Amino acid sequence: MSLGSFGRSIRRNLVVIAGLLTLAYLLLPNIVVTVFSFNDPKGRFNYEWQKFSTDAWTDPCGVADLCGSLALSLQIAAWATLGATVLGTMIAFALVRYRFRARGAVNSLIFMPMAMPEVVMAASLLTLFLNMGTPLGFWTILIAHIMFCLSFVVTAVKARVMSMDPRLEQAAQDLYAGPFQTFIRVTLPIAAPGIAAGALLAFALSFDDFIITNFNAGSTVTFPMFVWGSAQRGTPVQINVIGTAMFLVAVLCVLAGMMVGRRSRQKA
Amino acid sequence: MTTVTEAPPLAPTPVEEPRRPRRRGRHVPYWLLLPGILWLLVFFALPMVYQASTSVQTGSLEEGYKVTWHFATYWDALSEYWPQFLRSVLYAGVATVLCLLLGYPLAYLIAFRAGRWRNVILVLVIAPFFTSFLIRTLAWKTILADGGPVVGALSTLHVLDVTSWLGITAGERVLATPLAVVCGLTYNFLPFMILPLYTSLERIDGRLHEAAGDLYAKPFTAFRKVTFPLSMPGVVSGTLLTFIPASGDYVNADLLGSTDTRMVGNVIQTQFLRILDYPTAAALSFILMAAILVMVTLYIRKSGTEDLV
Repeated sequence: MSLGSFGRSIRRNLVVIAGLLTLAYLLLPNIVVTVFSFNDPKGRFNYEWQKFSTDAWTDPCGVADLCGSLALSLQIAAWATLGATVLGTMIAFALVRYRFRARGAVNSLIFMPMAMPEVVMAASLLTLFLNMGTPLGFWTILIAHIMFCLSFVVTAVKARVMSMDPRLEQAAQDLYAGPFQTFIRVTLPIAAPGIAAGALLAFALSFDDFIITNFNAGSTVTFPMFVWGSAQRGTPVQINVIGTAMFLVAVLCVLAGMMVGRRSRQKA
Repeated sequence: MTTVTEAPPLAPTPVEEPRRPRRRGRHVPYWLLLPGILWLLVFFALPMVYQASTSVQTGSLEEGYKVTWHFATYWDALSEYWPQFLRSVLYAGVATVLCLLLGYPLAYLIAFRAGRWRNVILVLVIAPFFTSFLIRTLAWKTILADGGPVVGALSTLHVLDVTSWLGITAGERVLATPLAVVCGLTYNFLPFMILPLYTSLERIDGRLHEAAGDLYAKPFTAFRKVTFPLSMPGVVSGTLLTFIPASGDYVNADLLGSTDTRMVGNVIQTQFLRILDYPTAAALSFILMAAILVMVTLYIRKSGTEDLV
Protein backbone atom coordinates (compact mmCIF):
# COMPACT_ATOMS: atom_id res chain seq x y z
CA MET A 1 0.00 0.00 0.00
CA SER A 2 2.80 2.38 0.96
CA LEU A 3 4.53 1.54 -2.32
CA GLY A 4 1.38 2.47 -4.22
CA SER A 5 0.97 5.77 -2.40
CA PHE A 6 4.66 6.48 -2.91
CA GLY A 7 4.28 5.88 -6.64
CA ARG A 8 1.22 8.05 -6.74
CA SER A 9 2.92 10.88 -4.90
CA ILE A 10 5.82 10.68 -7.36
CA ARG A 11 3.37 10.82 -10.22
CA ARG A 12 1.58 13.74 -8.64
CA ASN A 13 4.78 15.59 -7.97
CA LEU A 14 5.85 14.94 -11.55
CA VAL A 15 3.31 17.58 -12.60
CA VAL A 16 4.70 19.98 -10.00
CA ILE A 17 8.29 19.32 -11.05
CA ALA A 18 7.48 19.75 -14.74
CA GLY A 19 5.57 22.95 -13.99
CA LEU A 20 8.42 24.40 -11.94
CA LEU A 21 10.90 23.53 -14.72
CA THR A 22 8.73 25.46 -17.18
CA LEU A 23 8.65 28.36 -14.75
CA ALA A 24 12.44 28.26 -14.58
CA TYR A 25 12.61 28.31 -18.39
CA LEU A 26 10.35 31.37 -18.36
CA LEU A 27 12.40 33.22 -15.76
CA LEU A 28 15.92 32.24 -16.85
CA PRO A 29 16.30 35.10 -19.40
CA ASN A 30 15.21 37.64 -16.79
CA ILE A 31 17.85 36.32 -14.40
CA VAL A 32 20.46 36.57 -17.16
CA VAL A 33 19.36 40.14 -17.98
CA THR A 34 19.69 41.11 -14.32
CA VAL A 35 23.08 39.45 -13.80
CA PHE A 36 24.49 40.97 -16.98
CA SER A 37 23.39 44.45 -15.91
CA PHE A 38 26.39 44.22 -13.53
CA ASN A 39 28.79 43.17 -16.26
CA ASP A 40 31.76 45.10 -17.56
CA PRO A 41 32.00 43.75 -21.12
CA LYS A 42 35.20 43.91 -23.14
CA GLY A 43 33.86 44.57 -26.60
CA ARG A 44 30.71 46.26 -27.86
CA PHE A 45 28.47 43.30 -27.06
CA ASN A 46 27.28 42.34 -23.61
CA TYR A 47 26.93 38.59 -24.22
CA GLU A 48 29.91 37.22 -22.27
CA TRP A 49 30.58 37.61 -18.57
CA GLN A 50 33.76 39.58 -17.82
CA LYS A 51 33.76 41.15 -14.37
CA PHE A 52 31.45 42.72 -11.82
CA SER A 53 30.74 46.42 -12.15
CA THR A 54 28.04 48.86 -11.14
CA ASP A 55 29.02 51.45 -13.76
CA ALA A 56 25.87 51.02 -15.81
CA TRP A 57 23.61 51.32 -12.77
CA THR A 58 25.18 54.60 -11.68
CA ASP A 59 24.95 56.01 -15.20
CA PRO A 60 21.81 54.54 -16.83
CA CYS A 61 21.55 57.33 -19.42
CA GLY A 62 25.24 57.14 -20.32
CA VAL A 63 24.51 55.88 -23.83
CA ALA A 64 23.49 58.36 -26.50
CA ASP A 65 19.78 58.33 -27.42
CA LEU A 66 18.90 55.55 -24.95
CA CYS A 67 16.91 57.59 -22.44
CA GLY A 68 15.44 59.73 -25.23
CA SER A 69 14.01 56.61 -26.85
CA LEU A 70 12.72 55.43 -23.47
CA ALA A 71 10.94 58.74 -22.89
CA LEU A 72 9.43 58.59 -26.37
CA SER A 73 8.16 55.05 -25.77
CA LEU A 74 6.57 56.06 -22.47
CA GLN A 75 4.94 59.05 -24.13
CA ILE A 76 3.55 57.01 -27.03
CA ALA A 77 2.36 54.29 -24.66
CA ALA A 78 0.54 56.87 -22.51
CA TRP A 79 -1.30 58.45 -25.44
CA ALA A 80 -2.04 55.10 -27.07
CA THR A 81 -3.43 53.80 -23.77
CA LEU A 82 -5.67 56.83 -23.41
CA GLY A 83 -6.95 56.61 -27.00
CA ALA A 84 -7.47 52.86 -27.04
CA THR A 85 -9.10 52.81 -23.59
CA VAL A 86 -11.64 55.52 -24.40
CA LEU A 87 -12.55 54.12 -27.83
CA GLY A 88 -12.47 50.50 -26.63
CA THR A 89 -14.63 51.14 -23.57
CA MET A 90 -17.25 52.86 -25.72
CA ILE A 91 -17.35 49.89 -28.10
CA ALA A 92 -17.52 47.41 -25.23
CA PHE A 93 -20.53 49.20 -23.70
CA ALA A 94 -22.29 49.35 -27.06
CA LEU A 95 -21.70 45.63 -27.61
CA VAL A 96 -22.95 44.50 -24.22
CA ARG A 97 -25.76 46.96 -23.57
CA TYR A 98 -27.43 47.48 -26.91
CA ARG A 99 -28.81 45.51 -29.75
CA PHE A 100 -28.09 46.94 -33.14
CA ARG A 101 -27.65 45.94 -36.72
CA ALA A 102 -24.28 44.70 -38.00
CA ARG A 103 -23.40 43.35 -34.58
CA GLY A 104 -21.70 40.28 -36.07
CA ALA A 105 -19.67 42.45 -38.42
CA VAL A 106 -18.55 44.67 -35.52
CA ASN A 107 -17.55 41.60 -33.50
CA SER A 108 -15.44 40.22 -36.33
CA LEU A 109 -13.82 43.60 -36.96
CA ILE A 110 -12.79 43.63 -33.28
CA PHE A 111 -11.58 40.02 -33.39
CA MET A 112 -9.59 40.26 -36.62
CA PRO A 113 -6.63 42.37 -35.38
CA MET A 114 -6.04 39.84 -32.60
CA ALA A 115 -6.09 36.93 -35.05
CA MET A 116 -3.65 38.49 -37.49
CA PRO A 117 0.13 38.15 -37.41
CA GLU A 118 1.58 41.52 -36.47
CA VAL A 119 3.75 41.63 -39.57
CA VAL A 120 0.65 41.56 -41.80
CA MET A 121 -0.95 44.51 -39.98
CA ALA A 122 2.36 46.34 -39.99
CA ALA A 123 2.97 45.82 -43.69
CA SER A 124 -0.56 46.71 -44.78
CA LEU A 125 -0.63 49.87 -42.66
CA LEU A 126 2.66 50.89 -44.23
CA THR A 127 1.16 50.48 -47.73
CA LEU A 128 -1.66 52.82 -46.66
CA PHE A 129 0.77 55.46 -45.39
CA LEU A 130 2.98 55.10 -48.48
CA ASN A 131 0.02 55.47 -50.83
CA MET A 132 -1.28 58.48 -48.90
CA GLY A 133 2.16 60.04 -48.75
CA THR A 134 1.92 60.31 -44.94
CA PRO A 135 5.29 61.15 -43.36
CA LEU A 136 6.29 58.36 -40.95
CA GLY A 137 7.06 59.22 -37.34
CA PHE A 138 5.40 59.88 -34.00
CA TRP A 139 1.86 60.16 -35.36
CA THR A 140 1.96 57.06 -37.54
CA ILE A 141 3.31 55.05 -34.58
CA LEU A 142 0.53 56.39 -32.34
CA ILE A 143 -2.16 55.63 -34.94
CA ALA A 144 -0.85 52.07 -35.29
CA HIS A 145 -0.63 51.49 -31.54
CA ILE A 146 -4.18 52.69 -30.86
CA MET A 147 -5.35 50.41 -33.70
CA PHE A 148 -3.88 47.18 -32.33
CA CYS A 149 -4.52 47.95 -28.64
CA LEU A 150 -8.20 48.71 -29.24
CA SER A 151 -9.37 45.10 -29.58
CA PHE A 152 -7.65 44.03 -26.37
CA VAL A 153 -9.32 46.83 -24.41
CA VAL A 154 -12.72 45.89 -25.85
CA THR A 155 -12.23 42.26 -24.80
CA ALA A 156 -11.16 43.18 -21.26
CA VAL A 157 -13.95 45.72 -20.65
CA LYS A 158 -16.61 43.53 -22.28
CA ALA A 159 -15.84 40.66 -19.92
CA ARG A 160 -16.37 42.91 -16.91
CA VAL A 161 -19.50 44.71 -18.13
CA MET A 162 -21.10 41.38 -19.09
CA SER A 163 -20.79 40.11 -15.53
CA MET A 164 -22.42 43.26 -14.09
CA ASP A 165 -25.78 42.96 -12.42
CA PRO A 166 -28.16 45.17 -14.46
CA ARG A 167 -30.44 45.50 -11.44
CA LEU A 168 -27.92 47.85 -9.81
CA GLU A 169 -28.52 50.39 -12.53
CA GLN A 170 -32.26 49.82 -12.39
CA ALA A 171 -32.10 50.50 -8.65
CA ALA A 172 -30.21 53.75 -9.27
CA GLN A 173 -32.85 54.84 -11.74
CA ASP A 174 -35.63 53.89 -9.35
CA LEU A 175 -33.95 56.23 -6.89
CA TYR A 176 -34.36 59.06 -9.40
CA ALA A 177 -30.81 59.10 -10.75
CA GLY A 178 -30.71 60.42 -14.31
CA PRO A 179 -28.99 58.37 -17.03
CA PHE A 180 -25.81 60.45 -16.75
CA GLN A 181 -25.73 60.25 -12.95
CA THR A 182 -26.38 56.51 -13.08
CA PHE A 183 -23.49 56.07 -15.47
CA ILE A 184 -21.02 58.14 -13.44
CA ARG A 185 -22.05 56.95 -9.97
CA VAL A 186 -22.93 53.30 -10.61
CA THR A 187 -21.90 51.92 -13.99
CA LEU A 188 -18.43 53.40 -14.27
CA PRO A 189 -17.21 52.40 -10.78
CA ILE A 190 -18.36 48.82 -11.33
CA ALA A 191 -16.75 48.65 -14.78
CA ALA A 192 -13.54 50.29 -13.50
CA PRO A 193 -11.52 47.09 -12.87
CA GLY A 194 -12.20 45.94 -16.45
CA ILE A 195 -11.25 49.34 -17.84
CA ALA A 196 -8.10 49.39 -15.70
CA ALA A 197 -7.14 45.91 -16.88
CA GLY A 198 -7.68 46.94 -20.50
CA ALA A 199 -5.64 50.12 -20.02
CA LEU A 200 -2.75 48.22 -18.38
CA LEU A 201 -2.74 45.70 -21.20
CA ALA A 202 -2.77 48.49 -23.80
CA PHE A 203 0.13 50.24 -22.07
CA ALA A 204 2.21 47.07 -21.91
CA LEU A 205 1.45 46.15 -25.54
CA SER A 206 2.23 49.62 -26.83
CA PHE A 207 5.38 50.09 -24.78
CA ASP A 208 6.87 46.76 -25.85
CA ASP A 209 5.68 46.76 -29.45
CA PHE A 210 8.40 46.21 -31.98
CA ILE A 211 7.12 44.74 -35.26
CA ILE A 212 4.39 47.28 -36.06
CA THR A 213 6.61 50.15 -34.92
CA ASN A 214 9.53 48.82 -36.97
CA PHE A 215 7.43 49.20 -40.14
CA ASN A 216 5.73 52.51 -39.39
CA ALA A 217 8.29 54.53 -37.43
CA GLY A 218 10.36 55.93 -40.27
CA SER A 219 13.52 57.21 -38.59
CA THR A 220 11.88 57.70 -35.17
CA VAL A 221 13.50 55.52 -32.51
CA THR A 222 11.38 54.05 -29.73
CA PHE A 223 12.96 51.97 -26.95
CA PRO A 224 12.36 48.59 -28.66
CA MET A 225 13.72 50.09 -31.89
CA PHE A 226 16.81 51.18 -29.96
CA VAL A 227 17.34 47.67 -28.59
CA TRP A 228 16.89 46.20 -32.08
CA GLY A 229 19.44 48.60 -33.49
CA SER A 230 21.86 47.84 -30.67
CA ALA A 231 21.69 44.12 -31.51
CA GLN A 232 23.44 45.10 -34.73
CA ARG A 233 25.72 47.88 -33.49
CA GLY A 234 26.59 46.69 -30.00
CA THR A 235 24.55 46.18 -26.85
CA PRO A 236 25.29 48.65 -24.03
CA VAL A 237 24.95 47.32 -20.47
CA GLN A 238 22.47 50.14 -19.82
CA ILE A 239 19.84 48.19 -21.80
CA ASN A 240 20.01 45.46 -19.16
CA VAL A 241 19.81 48.06 -16.40
CA ILE A 242 16.60 49.47 -17.85
CA GLY A 243 15.18 46.00 -18.46
CA THR A 244 15.90 45.00 -14.86
CA ALA A 245 14.53 48.27 -13.45
CA MET A 246 11.31 47.90 -15.44
CA PHE A 247 10.93 44.35 -14.16
CA LEU A 248 11.45 45.38 -10.54
CA VAL A 249 9.10 48.37 -10.72
CA ALA A 250 6.36 46.28 -12.32
CA VAL A 251 6.69 43.41 -9.82
CA LEU A 252 6.65 45.89 -6.92
CA CYS A 253 3.52 47.56 -8.34
CA VAL A 254 1.79 44.19 -8.66
CA LEU A 255 2.77 43.16 -5.14
CA ALA A 256 1.62 46.52 -3.73
CA GLY A 257 -1.67 46.14 -5.60
CA MET A 258 -2.14 42.67 -4.12
CA MET A 259 -1.43 43.95 -0.59
CA VAL A 260 -3.85 46.85 -0.96
CA GLY A 261 -6.46 44.46 -2.35
CA ARG A 262 -5.99 42.08 0.58
CA ARG A 263 -6.19 44.88 3.16
CA SER A 264 -9.35 46.40 1.69
CA ARG A 265 -10.90 42.93 1.60
CA GLN A 266 -10.06 42.46 5.27
CA LYS A 267 -11.68 45.79 6.11
CA ALA A 268 -14.85 44.97 4.24
CA MET B 1 -28.98 39.73 -20.49
CA THR B 2 -31.96 42.01 -20.52
CA THR B 3 -31.42 45.51 -19.32
CA VAL B 4 -33.51 48.62 -19.13
CA THR B 5 -31.20 50.47 -21.45
CA GLU B 6 -31.59 47.83 -24.10
CA ALA B 7 -33.26 49.11 -27.23
CA PRO B 8 -36.42 47.47 -28.63
CA PRO B 9 -37.76 44.96 -29.45
CA LEU B 10 -39.32 44.65 -26.02
CA ALA B 11 -42.88 43.49 -25.60
CA PRO B 12 -45.27 46.48 -25.69
CA THR B 13 -46.45 47.27 -22.19
CA PRO B 14 -49.99 48.41 -21.52
CA VAL B 15 -48.77 51.40 -19.57
CA GLU B 16 -48.01 54.38 -21.79
CA GLU B 17 -44.33 54.96 -21.38
CA PRO B 18 -42.50 58.17 -22.10
CA ARG B 19 -41.37 57.85 -25.66
CA ARG B 20 -38.55 60.31 -26.00
CA PRO B 21 -35.71 58.65 -24.14
CA ARG B 22 -36.21 55.42 -25.98
CA ARG B 23 -36.20 57.01 -29.40
CA ARG B 24 -33.11 58.96 -28.47
CA GLY B 25 -31.59 55.73 -27.12
CA ARG B 26 -31.87 54.08 -30.50
CA HIS B 27 -28.90 56.04 -31.81
CA VAL B 28 -26.73 55.68 -28.72
CA PRO B 29 -24.99 52.41 -29.71
CA TYR B 30 -24.04 53.83 -33.09
CA TRP B 31 -22.50 56.93 -31.53
CA LEU B 32 -20.61 54.75 -29.06
CA LEU B 33 -19.30 52.55 -31.84
CA LEU B 34 -18.53 55.25 -34.37
CA PRO B 35 -15.06 56.51 -33.36
CA GLY B 36 -13.51 53.15 -32.54
CA ILE B 37 -15.00 51.31 -35.48
CA LEU B 38 -14.00 54.14 -37.81
CA TRP B 39 -10.44 53.85 -36.47
CA LEU B 40 -10.37 50.12 -37.18
CA LEU B 41 -11.93 50.56 -40.62
CA VAL B 42 -9.47 53.24 -41.69
CA PHE B 43 -6.30 51.87 -40.08
CA PHE B 44 -6.97 48.12 -40.13
CA ALA B 45 -9.46 47.21 -42.88
CA LEU B 46 -8.58 49.89 -45.45
CA PRO B 47 -4.84 49.05 -45.29
CA MET B 48 -5.75 45.46 -46.22
CA VAL B 49 -7.34 46.83 -49.40
CA TYR B 50 -4.29 48.97 -50.10
CA GLN B 51 -2.06 45.99 -49.51
CA ALA B 52 -4.05 43.90 -51.96
CA SER B 53 -3.85 46.71 -54.48
CA THR B 54 -0.11 47.20 -53.97
CA SER B 55 0.48 43.50 -54.55
CA VAL B 56 -0.85 43.72 -58.13
CA GLN B 57 0.98 46.92 -59.02
CA THR B 58 4.05 47.23 -61.18
CA GLY B 59 6.51 50.07 -61.53
CA SER B 60 9.53 51.37 -59.71
CA LEU B 61 10.26 53.66 -56.80
CA GLU B 62 11.34 56.49 -59.10
CA GLU B 63 8.48 56.35 -61.59
CA GLY B 64 5.79 55.35 -59.13
CA TYR B 65 3.57 52.27 -59.07
CA LYS B 66 0.39 51.57 -61.05
CA VAL B 67 -2.24 48.87 -60.66
CA THR B 68 -1.68 46.57 -63.64
CA TRP B 69 -3.32 43.45 -62.18
CA HIS B 70 0.05 41.80 -62.34
CA PHE B 71 -0.85 38.57 -60.53
CA ALA B 72 2.43 37.00 -61.60
CA THR B 73 3.96 38.71 -58.54
CA TYR B 74 2.17 36.13 -56.38
CA TRP B 75 3.53 33.24 -58.43
CA ASP B 76 7.05 34.67 -58.41
CA ALA B 77 6.93 35.36 -54.69
CA LEU B 78 5.70 31.86 -53.90
CA SER B 79 8.16 30.09 -56.16
CA GLU B 80 11.06 32.08 -54.77
CA TYR B 81 10.14 32.11 -51.08
CA TRP B 82 8.28 28.82 -50.50
CA PRO B 83 11.12 27.52 -48.30
CA GLN B 84 10.64 30.47 -45.93
CA PHE B 85 6.89 29.90 -45.90
CA LEU B 86 7.34 26.23 -45.13
CA ARG B 87 9.88 27.05 -42.42
CA SER B 88 7.48 29.55 -40.80
CA VAL B 89 4.69 26.98 -40.58
CA LEU B 90 7.11 24.30 -39.38
CA TYR B 91 8.87 26.42 -36.72
CA ALA B 92 5.63 27.96 -35.49
CA GLY B 93 3.99 24.52 -35.40
CA VAL B 94 6.82 22.92 -33.44
CA ALA B 95 6.97 25.91 -31.07
CA THR B 96 3.21 25.64 -30.50
CA VAL B 97 3.42 21.93 -29.65
CA LEU B 98 6.35 22.60 -27.32
CA CYS B 99 4.43 25.45 -25.66
CA LEU B 100 1.51 23.09 -25.07
CA LEU B 101 3.76 20.36 -23.63
CA LEU B 102 5.66 22.78 -21.40
CA GLY B 103 2.75 25.07 -20.55
CA TYR B 104 0.17 22.45 -19.60
CA PRO B 105 1.96 21.18 -16.46
CA LEU B 106 2.53 24.74 -15.26
CA ALA B 107 -1.08 25.78 -15.91
CA TYR B 108 -2.21 22.60 -14.12
CA LEU B 109 0.11 23.35 -11.24
CA ILE B 110 -1.26 26.89 -10.85
CA ALA B 111 -4.89 25.79 -11.14
CA PHE B 112 -4.90 22.74 -8.83
CA ARG B 113 -1.68 22.30 -6.89
CA ALA B 114 -0.30 25.74 -6.04
CA GLY B 115 -2.54 26.51 -3.05
CA ARG B 116 -1.57 29.83 -1.52
CA TRP B 117 1.32 30.16 -3.99
CA ARG B 118 -1.14 30.51 -6.86
CA ASN B 119 -1.01 34.30 -7.14
CA VAL B 120 2.76 34.39 -6.74
CA ILE B 121 3.27 31.91 -9.58
CA LEU B 122 0.76 33.77 -11.75
CA VAL B 123 2.69 37.00 -11.21
CA LEU B 124 5.93 35.18 -12.09
CA VAL B 125 4.37 33.94 -15.35
CA ILE B 126 3.31 37.46 -16.33
CA ALA B 127 6.36 39.24 -14.90
CA PRO B 128 8.76 38.57 -17.82
CA PHE B 129 6.39 40.65 -19.97
CA PHE B 130 7.53 43.72 -18.08
CA THR B 131 11.01 43.50 -19.53
CA SER B 132 11.10 44.29 -23.24
CA PHE B 133 10.89 41.01 -25.17
CA LEU B 134 13.80 42.08 -27.38
CA ILE B 135 16.09 42.31 -24.33
CA ARG B 136 14.91 38.90 -23.14
CA THR B 137 15.44 37.39 -26.59
CA LEU B 138 18.96 38.81 -26.64
CA ALA B 139 19.55 37.08 -23.29
CA TRP B 140 19.16 33.75 -25.12
CA LYS B 141 22.30 34.67 -27.05
CA THR B 142 24.14 34.52 -23.73
CA ILE B 143 22.38 31.37 -22.52
CA LEU B 144 23.03 29.45 -25.74
CA ALA B 145 26.50 30.94 -26.33
CA ASP B 146 29.15 28.74 -27.95
CA GLY B 147 31.12 26.92 -25.28
CA GLY B 148 28.70 28.10 -22.59
CA PRO B 149 27.32 25.83 -19.84
CA VAL B 150 24.13 24.91 -21.74
CA VAL B 151 25.92 23.96 -24.94
CA GLY B 152 28.61 22.21 -22.90
CA ALA B 153 26.06 20.12 -21.03
CA LEU B 154 24.17 19.22 -24.20
CA SER B 155 27.45 18.24 -25.82
CA THR B 156 28.54 16.04 -22.89
CA LEU B 157 25.18 14.31 -22.88
CA HIS B 158 25.58 13.71 -26.65
CA VAL B 159 22.32 15.54 -27.28
CA LEU B 160 24.07 17.73 -29.84
CA ASP B 161 25.17 14.63 -31.77
CA VAL B 162 21.53 13.63 -32.17
CA THR B 163 20.30 17.13 -33.00
CA SER B 164 23.12 17.65 -35.50
CA TRP B 165 22.21 14.36 -37.13
CA LEU B 166 18.61 15.61 -37.32
CA GLY B 167 19.91 18.80 -38.91
CA ILE B 168 18.55 21.21 -36.28
CA THR B 169 21.95 22.14 -34.85
CA ALA B 170 25.35 22.46 -36.49
CA GLY B 171 28.29 20.72 -34.81
CA GLU B 172 29.07 22.25 -31.42
CA ARG B 173 26.83 25.26 -32.00
CA VAL B 174 23.26 25.93 -30.95
CA LEU B 175 23.11 29.64 -31.81
CA ALA B 176 22.30 30.41 -35.44
CA THR B 177 20.53 27.07 -35.84
CA PRO B 178 16.84 26.10 -36.15
CA LEU B 179 16.96 24.79 -32.56
CA ALA B 180 17.83 28.25 -31.23
CA VAL B 181 15.03 29.89 -33.23
CA VAL B 182 12.41 27.36 -32.09
CA CYS B 183 13.67 27.69 -28.53
CA GLY B 184 13.27 31.47 -28.73
CA LEU B 185 9.81 31.24 -30.30
CA THR B 186 8.68 28.75 -27.64
CA TYR B 187 10.01 30.98 -24.89
CA ASN B 188 8.45 34.17 -26.27
CA PHE B 189 4.93 32.82 -26.72
CA LEU B 190 4.73 30.42 -23.76
CA PRO B 191 2.71 32.82 -21.53
CA PHE B 192 0.10 33.10 -24.31
CA MET B 193 -0.37 29.35 -23.97
CA ILE B 194 -0.27 29.17 -20.17
CA LEU B 195 -2.83 31.89 -19.41
CA PRO B 196 -5.74 30.55 -21.52
CA LEU B 197 -4.96 27.02 -20.31
CA TYR B 198 -5.04 28.20 -16.71
CA THR B 199 -8.31 30.08 -17.25
CA SER B 200 -10.09 27.00 -18.59
CA LEU B 201 -8.53 24.61 -16.05
CA GLU B 202 -9.48 26.88 -13.17
CA ARG B 203 -13.15 26.73 -14.20
CA ILE B 204 -13.28 22.95 -13.83
CA ASP B 205 -15.28 21.82 -10.83
CA GLY B 206 -12.93 20.00 -8.45
CA ARG B 207 -15.71 17.55 -7.55
CA LEU B 208 -15.42 16.08 -11.04
CA HIS B 209 -11.94 14.79 -10.12
CA GLU B 210 -13.33 13.25 -6.95
CA ALA B 211 -16.18 11.70 -8.88
CA ALA B 212 -13.71 10.18 -11.35
CA GLY B 213 -11.68 8.83 -8.44
CA ASP B 214 -14.79 7.43 -6.76
CA LEU B 215 -15.56 5.60 -9.97
CA TYR B 216 -12.14 3.91 -9.78
CA ALA B 217 -10.48 5.99 -12.51
CA LYS B 218 -6.72 6.08 -12.07
CA PRO B 219 -5.32 9.64 -11.90
CA PHE B 220 -4.09 9.50 -15.48
CA THR B 221 -7.38 8.08 -16.75
CA ALA B 222 -9.24 10.81 -14.87
CA PHE B 223 -7.00 13.38 -16.52
CA ARG B 224 -7.46 11.87 -19.99
CA LYS B 225 -11.22 11.43 -19.74
CA VAL B 226 -12.25 14.39 -17.57
CA THR B 227 -9.71 17.17 -17.13
CA PHE B 228 -8.19 17.32 -20.59
CA PRO B 229 -11.48 17.33 -22.55
CA LEU B 230 -12.81 20.08 -20.26
CA SER B 231 -9.70 22.17 -20.86
CA MET B 232 -10.11 22.03 -24.65
CA PRO B 233 -11.27 25.68 -24.99
CA GLY B 234 -8.00 26.72 -23.35
CA VAL B 235 -6.00 24.38 -25.58
CA VAL B 236 -7.65 25.79 -28.70
CA SER B 237 -7.24 29.46 -27.85
CA GLY B 238 -3.75 28.86 -26.44
CA THR B 239 -2.54 27.16 -29.62
CA LEU B 240 -4.04 29.95 -31.74
CA LEU B 241 -2.52 32.69 -29.59
CA THR B 242 0.86 30.94 -29.94
CA PHE B 243 0.79 29.80 -33.55
CA ILE B 244 -0.49 33.01 -35.16
CA PRO B 245 2.12 35.43 -33.79
CA ALA B 246 4.89 32.82 -34.08
CA SER B 247 4.20 32.24 -37.78
CA GLY B 248 4.64 35.94 -38.57
CA ASP B 249 7.56 36.56 -36.22
CA TYR B 250 10.91 37.65 -37.56
CA VAL B 251 12.63 38.79 -34.37
CA ASN B 252 13.70 35.34 -33.12
CA ALA B 253 14.86 34.18 -36.56
CA ASP B 254 16.87 37.38 -36.93
CA LEU B 255 18.47 37.54 -33.48
CA LEU B 256 18.97 33.82 -32.79
CA GLY B 257 19.11 32.36 -36.29
CA SER B 258 21.12 32.65 -39.46
CA THR B 259 20.38 33.13 -43.16
CA ASP B 260 19.36 29.45 -43.23
CA THR B 261 16.62 29.98 -40.67
CA ARG B 262 14.87 32.96 -42.28
CA MET B 263 11.09 32.86 -41.95
CA VAL B 264 8.49 34.56 -44.08
CA GLY B 265 8.36 37.50 -41.67
CA ASN B 266 12.06 38.16 -42.31
CA VAL B 267 11.42 38.20 -46.07
CA ILE B 268 8.48 40.61 -45.74
CA GLN B 269 10.49 42.89 -43.47
CA THR B 270 13.54 42.95 -45.77
CA GLN B 271 11.48 43.42 -48.92
CA PHE B 272 9.51 46.27 -47.37
CA LEU B 273 12.15 48.13 -45.41
CA ARG B 274 15.46 47.42 -47.15
CA ILE B 275 14.92 46.29 -50.74
CA LEU B 276 11.78 48.46 -51.09
CA ASP B 277 10.13 45.97 -53.43
CA TYR B 278 6.62 46.84 -52.28
CA PRO B 279 4.55 44.61 -54.64
CA THR B 280 6.46 41.44 -53.69
CA ALA B 281 6.33 42.33 -49.98
CA ALA B 282 2.60 43.05 -50.16
CA ALA B 283 1.96 39.81 -52.04
CA LEU B 284 3.90 37.78 -49.45
CA SER B 285 2.05 39.46 -46.60
CA PHE B 286 -1.27 38.82 -48.35
CA ILE B 287 -0.44 35.12 -48.83
CA LEU B 288 0.54 34.83 -45.15
CA MET B 289 -2.72 36.46 -44.08
CA ALA B 290 -4.81 34.18 -46.33
CA ALA B 291 -2.92 31.09 -45.17
CA ILE B 292 -3.44 31.98 -41.50
CA LEU B 293 -7.14 32.72 -42.02
CA VAL B 294 -7.71 29.39 -43.80
CA MET B 295 -5.75 27.41 -41.21
CA VAL B 296 -7.43 29.12 -38.25
CA THR B 297 -10.92 28.65 -39.72
CA LEU B 298 -10.32 24.96 -40.40
CA TYR B 299 -8.79 24.46 -36.97
CA ILE B 300 -11.62 26.19 -35.11
CA ARG B 301 -14.23 24.26 -37.12
CA LYS B 302 -12.45 20.97 -36.44
CA SER B 303 -12.08 21.58 -32.73
CA GLY B 304 -15.69 22.71 -32.51
CA THR B 305 -15.20 25.74 -30.28
CA GLU B 306 -16.42 28.85 -32.00
CA ASP B 307 -17.01 31.09 -29.03
CA LEU B 308 -13.49 32.39 -28.71
CA VAL B 309 -14.31 36.05 -29.04
